[in-house]
Amino acid sequence: MKPILADDDTVQEAPSADEQYWSFVPVRRSAVPITESGASSRSPLDVFINDRLAQHGVTVAAEASRMTLLRRVFLDLIGLPPPSSFALAFLSDENPDAYERCVDRLLASPHYGERWARPWMDLCHYADTDGYLTDQSRPVAWRYRDWLVGAMNADMPFDRFTIEQIAGDLLPDDNVEQHIATGFLRQTLSNREGGADLEEFRVKQIIDRTEMTGTIWLGLTVGCARCHDHKYEDISQREFFQLYAFFDNADEINIDAPLPGELEPYLQAKPEYDRKRSKLIAPIREELAELMGRWEARMLEAYHKPGQDAHWDRQWEILGLIWGGGLGEGQHEGIEILKQDVALRTHQQQDDLLDYFLKHHGHIDKARYGELKLGELRKKLQDLKRELPRPTRAATMRVALTPRQTYIHERGEFRNHGPSISPGILDCLPPLMASSDPPRLQFARWLVAPSNPLTPRVTVNRWWQEFFGNGLVLTSDDFGKQGQLPTHPRLLDWLAADLVQFGWSRKQLHRAMVATATYRQSSYPRPDLAEMDPDNRLLARQSSLRVPAETVRDLTLSVSGQLTTKMGGPGVYPPQPARVTMEAFGLNEWPVSKAADAFRRGLYTYTIRTAPFAQAAIFDVPNPGGTCTRRDRSNTSLQALTLLNDEVFFGAAKALTARLFAEVPAGDDQRLNHAFLLCFSREPTIQEQQQAMMFLQRQVEILSDDPASVKMLLGDQDIAGNAVEITAWTSLSSVLMNLHEFITRD
Amino acid sequence: MVPHAKPTQVDQANVRGMVTLPDRRSFLQHTACGLGAAALSQLLAEDGFARSTNEFSDPLHPRSPHFQPRAKRVIFLFMAGAPSQVDLFTPKPAMRRLHEQPIPASFLEGLDDSVLKANARVFASPRTFSKHGDCGMDFSDYLPNLATCADEVCMIRSVTTDTANHHPGQLLMNCGQPVFGLPSMGSWLSYGLGSECRDLPGFVVLLSKNGSGDLGGSSLWSNAFLPAVHRGVTFRSQGDSILHLSSPTGVTNRMQQERIAAIQQFNQLRMEQQPDSEIASRIASYELAYRMQVAAPDMLDLSGESAETLERYGVDDKVMGTYGRNCLMARRLVERGVRFVQLYHYTWDDHANLNVKLKENCQITEQPTATLIHDLRERGLLEDTLVVWGGEFGRTPMAEVRRGSSPGKEGRDHHPFSFTMLMAGGGVKAGFTLGDTDEIGYHVTEQPVHVHDIQATILHCLGVDHERLTFRHQGRDFRLTDVAGNVVRDILA
Repeated sequence: MKPILADDDTVQEAPSADEQYWSFVPVRRSAVPITESGASSRSPLDVFINDRLAQHGVTVAAEASRMTLLRRVFLDLIGLPPPSSFALAFLSDENPDAYERCVDRLLASPHYGERWARPWMDLCHYADTDGYLTDQSRPVAWRYRDWLVGAMNADMPFDRFTIEQIAGDLLPDDNVEQHIATGFLRQTLSNREGGADLEEFRVKQIIDRTEMTGTIWLGLTVGCARCHDHKYEDISQREFFQLYAFFDNADEINIDAPLPGELEPYLQAKPEYDRKRSKLIAPIREELAELMGRWEARMLEAYHKPGQDAHWDRQWEILGLIWGGGLGEGQHEGIEILKQDVALRTHQQQDDLLDYFLKHHGHIDKARYGELKLGELRKKLQDLKRELPRPTRAATMRVALTPRQTYIHERGEFRNHGPSISPGILDCLPPLMASSDPPRLQFARWLVAPSNPLTPRVTVNRWWQEFFGNGLVLTSDDFGKQGQLPTHPRLLDWLAADLVQFGWSRKQLHRAMVATATYRQSSYPRPDLAEMDPDNRLLARQSSLRVPAETVRDLTLSVSGQLTTKMGGPGVYPPQPARVTMEAFGLNEWPVSKAADAFRRGLYTYTIRTAPFAQAAIFDVPNPGGTCTRRDRSNTSLQALTLLNDEVFFGAAKALTARLFAEVPAGDDQRLNHAFLLCFSREPTIQEQQQAMMFLQRQVEILSDDPASVKMLLGDQDIAGNAVEITAWTSLSSVLMNLHEFITRD
Repeated sequence: MVPHAKPTQVDQANVRGMVTLPDRRSFLQHTACGLGAAALSQLLAEDGFARSTNEFSDPLHPRSPHFQPRAKRVIFLFMAGAPSQVDLFTPKPAMRRLHEQPIPASFLEGLDDSVLKANARVFASPRTFSKHGDCGMDFSDYLPNLATCADEVCMIRSVTTDTANHHPGQLLMNCGQPVFGLPSMGSWLSYGLGSECRDLPGFVVLLSKNGSGDLGGSSLWSNAFLPAVHRGVTFRSQGDSILHLSSPTGVTNRMQQERIAAIQQFNQLRMEQQPDSEIASRIASYELAYRMQVAAPDMLDLSGESAETLERYGVDDKVMGTYGRNCLMARRLVERGVRFVQLYHYTWDDHANLNVKLKENCQITEQPTATLIHDLRERGLLEDTLVVWGGEFGRTPMAEVRRGSSPGKEGRDHHPFSFTMLMAGGGVKAGFTLGDTDEIGYHVTEQPVHVHDIQATILHCLGVDHERLTFRHQGRDFRLTDVAGNVVRDILA
């Protein structure tokens, strides 16, 4: 049989040369096809799938077993396996809407946001460090991650979700949360290496923001038009820089973003703090202002006329490089404050600059600095600052203090200015709406305007990809001419129309997708279709998918009973070999988290850009250097070594054993049944049962002759029972948690 | 054939066609030695029938190059931090005359502010140079051992790069562009050529820690968008050589074997119920994991090496120790067929106190490096192994103006306009010097070789056309050399 071309039923709809490319055409909800296949359908979505299958004379697969379906929908919606009690209750629930009620429960679970924040973090390439050589910590990066989880759990409509991340700081009646949302744009890298050209790396950030937005909302490789007009798309270099211009005037700024309970004590302490600070400075206020004024003048001279004095050139450079280093604050903030006239600075800005000056005065006048005892003052101010209960900060964006003119960069060289350019969108898409909003806010609103056909298509496609393994457009990062055509264009548009019609609700779309008969099919391979549809693009079955890296971890810890379900807060450091962080750039450390924090969900693992958490990298968490719309699902021997030998995973096998002994006090058969229920949400087959018992027996034989190993394996575990039996079970638990099925969502 | 214009990542990761496995009985018969050997011999056998299947199911299956290769494997000795070419390889007598003079303006024309360093003064190398070997190659007095390799190496004194920052420079050299998120050269070659070694990864990274300073960073050996199996696997001379290579505490070898055998058997049972080729791949990955656990200790066990060899590499020397051990390890890895071995020594970033620091770095690295080249030659491995030596850029002919550079403790700053790299072995001319710089070693005057040209040449030596080794990602065909790169034909043997 001839393999089916993924796009063969789109051929009749393919545009002629002078027509618009399919993805740029307005979203159109077509009539549901009338199908004669007789296949079961639970929703209009199924009809599109069945219709396409019927054209090839293929029918859908049977529905998956109840337990398979339950495990599938748990892993897909919340990234955790069903608890055994839930599984048993579900199995005996004879209500026809048992599945639907289960779905509703999962959609309402706070773990839903934890599961769904992660793909978005791949898109914006979230990490807890700066990147590059120094790769310093960004200790408040997690504020944005927690915002994401919260937004997903609250089912924040995708249009608002978009606007707040791109331009939350510009909204009328803005609140702190909306500012935190702009942390999306703060996931770009910061280079604090000595000698790094400040403007060069600022430009790289703007390019990153432009490209990221292009991929995430428009599904277009706009970055290809940075150095020259796009080779394949109708995107000129001018248009790239029009998009770039929306971001060029946004600067990085960290703000006080108090957590619950932080604001009150801060507000109480602040007046006293200000009074004390003022008192410390008062005796030399004018002298200090004079000296700092001289310093500022030298600095500005270096800025305006570089190349005159290497020392001050360097001082200027340092200001830009190290400002807020180790705190994850914006690099350019100090520079921007210094460029402002003193009278225009806020109180806080002036204080921050003064604190910087006291430390990095560049030897403007050593004698004077000594006379005024500024070293002492610096220390006193520092000590005072420690007393102030400062609210937790967050990394956000704001409009630049000094407006920038954007230019086209000839051949992509940032110093090579071509014509000046104003913000604007791509000519091939509907125009911006006339508005008095600031340009970045206009752009954000345009991204989710009803007239923009790309955003809803690209968005529902990525969600579909999560539930079915592949998107309807396989190249979920590219809806342009180099991307693949959709397998089911009418279904894609139906979903895109639904998204807008459901008020951009993520949860409603997810509910609709998992409700389909298509989703509920068995994933059992179909040899009859192996040649015709090897990649299962027609969806005549579900796909078996290896779960993502975080789920490998969460699943293991959940089954073993070790998982801590605490949500949010700073990144944690689960145990891993020390050498992993030794390979990092910079001075990154890995202070292994203790107690419950060692067993948090993978989402909360601290991410060092130059040395990603080993287990995560081995299971294909993408490099946080760039946007990833679709993870690899590799199958490697390093994964095998991790599951076999990593103390975290072997520790989980021990914990699972303890759990099994506690929950099933006697009987290997009953224990095995329980283990299978926990690990695979099913009963063992007779063969598996026999094999497990043979294995246990062999282990008991080996261990009976090896008390030293028994002792080592037992460690400080306190489990009631025979030591040999317990350690033999540890081996069996570890075997079960290494099985392909364990880390696969069928 | 090397794959080019690959469909997509997802296609790549998918396994086409079902792998036929023997029935359960014969599978179990062969597990007496603890493993699903039968299943794996079927999966991994090198016989003609299995190969077509393996091309899909085993991403490390050896593939033939684009054309007849001169080298089969690469050892890249990466000298991170940038060694000073003017103090090691390029004698510049004219610098004496200009010593402590401001740099003549003519050298700075057309350069942008950030690299001007206009106040810096020329700093004549305090080193003495002499000619070595029949070819008369220049080496400074800090490199007495490396100088004995003069007739084996090809010295390129005209390498240029685009950036003067370490990390971007290292990314450019290793991954082809000064940005995060692109595959490393080793990953590209592993992807393109597969691996000839069945027991070890195809791309191994060795990190030395006896230099000072911070460096490394997995972005330099990242597979990026290529399948994860092509990621550089860091291999340490101490502790677990590969991450999680040792069995958990208390698990004996016998128990580990039984454990893996049981995993294979359960997976086999599952595959009988649900004939999914991914399960076959999982079985194969556990088999390789086990083989790595067995093979790596043997690879690491130096007891079979002669005392003389250990001494030449400086394995037990306090100064040369870990670098020397890694050089020896590099030889042992290529002996076993590992495709790309990359050794990182850091750091040569001598902004101050050049005389002392440069000497230290030379003492750590130059004897083991020379030994590696000689040893590969003696064992007949140099003919088809390409050894590459170099850092991310060079150092200025001027002294560094930075705090702490008091007289007698001068350093040199980063210099992207000219630096020196060495190559030896498979495919390159021996005893040959290419290119030259101006009288103070600032700019290249003859035969400039860009980093992309170096990359194109390395690939060429392995029989790979750098323009045809591509991977489609985000709507574009990516390649190591971006949109540039010319094979440096003048150095090809």
